[in-house]
Amino acid sequence: MDIQGWTFLIVGLSFALYLGIAYMARAASTGDFYIAGGKVSPLANGMATAADWMSAASFISMAGLISFMGRDGSVYLMGWTGGYVLLALLLAPYLRKFGKFTVPDFVGDRYYSRTARIVAVICAVFISFTYVAGQMRGVGIVFSRFLNVGIETGVIIGMVIVFFYAVLGGMKGITYTQVAQYCVLIFAYLVPAIFISMLMTGNVIPQLGFGGTLADGSGQYLLERLDGLSTEMGFDPYTDGSKSTIDVFFITAALMVGTAGLPHVIVRFFTVPKVKDARISAGYALLFIAILYTTAPAVAGFARANLLETVDNAPYADVPEWFTSWENTGLIEFNDIDGDGNINYTPDESTNELVIDPDIMVLANPEIAQLPNWVIGLVAAGGLAAALSTAAGLLLVISTSVARDLIRRTFVPDITQQRELLFARVAAGGAVIVAGYFGINPPGFVAQTVAFAFGLAAASFFPVILLGIFSKRMNKEGAICGMIAGIVFTAAYIIYFAFMFPELNNSENWLFGISPEGIGTLGMVINLVTAITVSRFTKEPPLEIREMVETIRVPRDLEKGSGRGDG
Amino acid sequence: MFSFDIIGEDSTAFYMKTKAQQYWRQNLIYLALLLAIWFVVSYGAGILLVDWLDQFRLGGFKLGFWFAQQGSIYVFVILIFVYVYLMNRLDKKFEFDEV
Repeated sequence: MDIQGWTFLIVGLSFALYLGIAYMARAASTGDFYIAGGKVSPLANGMATAADWMSAASFISMAGLISFMGRDGSVYLMGWTGGYVLLALLLAPYLRKFGKFTVPDFVGDRYYSRTARIVAVICAVFISFTYVAGQMRGVGIVFSRFLNVGIETGVIIGMVIVFFYAVLGGMKGITYTQVAQYCVLIFAYLVPAIFISMLMTGNVIPQLGFGGTLADGSGQYLLERLDGLSTEMGFDPYTDGSKSTIDVFFITAALMVGTAGLPHVIVRFFTVPKVKDARISAGYALLFIAILYTTAPAVAGFARANLLETVDNAPYADVPEWFTSWENTGLIEFNDIDGDGNINYTPDESTNELVIDPDIMVLANPEIAQLPNWVIGLVAAGGLAAALSTAAGLLLVISTSVARDLIRRTFVPDITQQRELLFARVAAGGAVIVAGYFGINPPGFVAQTVAFAFGLAAASFFPVILLGIFSKRMNKEGAICGMIAGIVFTAAYIIYFAFMFPELNNSENWLFGISPEGIGTLGMVINLVTAITVSRFTKEPPLEIREMVETIRVPRDLEKGSGRGDG
Repeated sequence: MFSFDIIGEDSTAFYMKTKAQQYWRQNLIYLALLLAIWFVVSYGAGILLVDWLDQFRLGGFKLGFWFAQQGSIYVFVILIFVYVYLMNRLDKKFEFDEV
C-alpha cells in the first residue's frame, strides 16, 4: 500500500477509536463533565495529562527547533518538564484536597472575592484561546501535508472530531480519549527515533545512541562529529550555546513556572479520587512526558548530523529522494546562488543556498531512515493525536470557565445542574467554533502568543495559588494587586517588543538582557513581592479562610473525614 | 468533673493542631530539600555551571550538555517519585492517610 493509503487507514482507525471511547464515556452530570466524576485512576490521569500537555508543537516542532538551536534548545527541554516538579510538590496535592472543579474556583474561594475570580476567569480564557488556535492550525497542517487536503478542510475535520467528544463527554470523554491518544503519539514518536538511532549509532535506545559512537566504523562520537561538521560549515558547535546565561535562566524559569500555572494542566489533578493519587499521577505524567522529551534531543542530534552530512558541499544532482520530495512541499528550499551546482549551507545569509523548515526534522525522519510506508502514516496519526488531545483539554477549560465560574458562581447562582450542563456544552461548542476560526485564519503572531500564554500563566496563576496554599496571611487585597501587577508588567513588556516595536526586539534593548520569552519570570517575582507587601498593610483574611488553608494542607480531616464539597 | 471535660476537649483540639503543624513543618523540610536538588540539576548544572561542567565527559556527552538536555529531566522524574514515597510515609506516621 502507498503512503496515502496507509495514512488514511491509520488516521481513520485512530479517529474511530477516539469516537468510540467518547461514546462510551458520555457525561451524565456536571461532575462528570468538569472532572470526570473525580474517579480517574492515577495511571490513566498520568497518561491523559501527558497527552494534554504534549501538543502539536512538542510532537512536530520541538526536535526540529532544538536541532537548529543546539544546546540552547535545553530551555524547552528543562522548561517544559521541570514545571511538573513544581506542580507535584507545590500545587497539585493541595488543589485536589481543596476539591472543587476549576482554578478560578480556588482563586475566588481562597481570596473570598468575586473580583479575584473574574480576573482568574479572564486569564484562564485568554491563555486557553491563544493556545488552542495553534493546535487547530496544527491539525490543519498535518492533514494538508500527509493527506493532500486543504488546511481549511483539515481544520474542519479536526473541529468535528473534537466537537463530538468534548461536547458529549466533557472531561470524562476527554480523559479516556487522551489515554488512547498518548499511546498513539508516543508509539509514533519512538518507532522512527529507534530506527534512526540504530541506523546511525547501532544503539536501539535513542537516549544512549545520542551519546554513542557512529555506526560508520569511524569510532567517532556522534556529538563530536556534529560539532566538527557544524564548525566546518561556519556554524557554532552544536553542544555550545549562543544565548546569554541570564536569558537561558529566565526563559527556562518562565516556561517551568508557566507550565505549573496552566489551567488545563492543573485541572487534570482534580479528576483523581485522593490527594495521594494527585501526587503519584503527577509522577506518572512526568514519566510519560520524559519518554518523549529525552528522545526529542536525540532525534534533533541525529537529524542535524544526517542533514549536514547530506548537504555538506554535495552536488545538488546527487541528493537523496527524501530531499526532493520535501522540496516539493516547500519545507526545503534550494537556491543555487553561485551557480556551481553544489549545495552551500552556511549561517551567512548572503551566500547560504538552503532554507530548511525545522518541522521537517520529525516529519522527514521515516523517509530519511527508509522506513516502511506505514510508519509515515503512524507519524501523521501521532501528530494529530498530540494536537487534538491538547485542543480538547483547552476547550474544556474555556467551557468550564464560562458555564461554572461565570454563569453559576458569578451571575446565576441558583441555576439547576441540568441547565448548567447544557450551558457547559454550548460553551464548549462555541469555543470549538472560535478555535476553528482562528485555525483557518491564524492571527499573524502565533509564535509570540505562546510566549504570551506562558508569561501570563507564570505571572498570574502560579504565584497566586502558591501564596494561597503556603501563606495563611495572604489576603484578597494582596492577591488581586499581585495578579494585576504581574499581568500588566508581563503583558506590557511582551506587547512592547513583540507587537509595537519588533525592530527593537534584541538583547541591547531588553531589560537586564531578558527576552520577552523569559519576562514572565520577572512578572512572577513582581507578583510575589507586590502581593506580600500589600497583604502586610491590609486586613488579614477572615478566620474561616485561614481554617480552610489549614484543611487543604493535610490530606485527611481527622474530625470530619474527607469529602468533596458539592461546590 | 465539668471543668475536666472542657480541659479534655481543649487538649484534643490543641493536640490536633500541633500534630497538623508538625506534619506541615516536616512537609516543608522535604520540599526545601527536593527543590534544592531540582534547582541544582537544572539551573545549576544545566545553565549556570554548564560551561565548567563541559570539561568532564559522560561517554560521548560533555557533562554540562548532558545535564541540560538529558540528566536534569531524569532527576525531575526521580524527585517526584521520592516525594510521593516520603509523603505517603509521612501521612501514615501522622495518621493523615486517606482511607
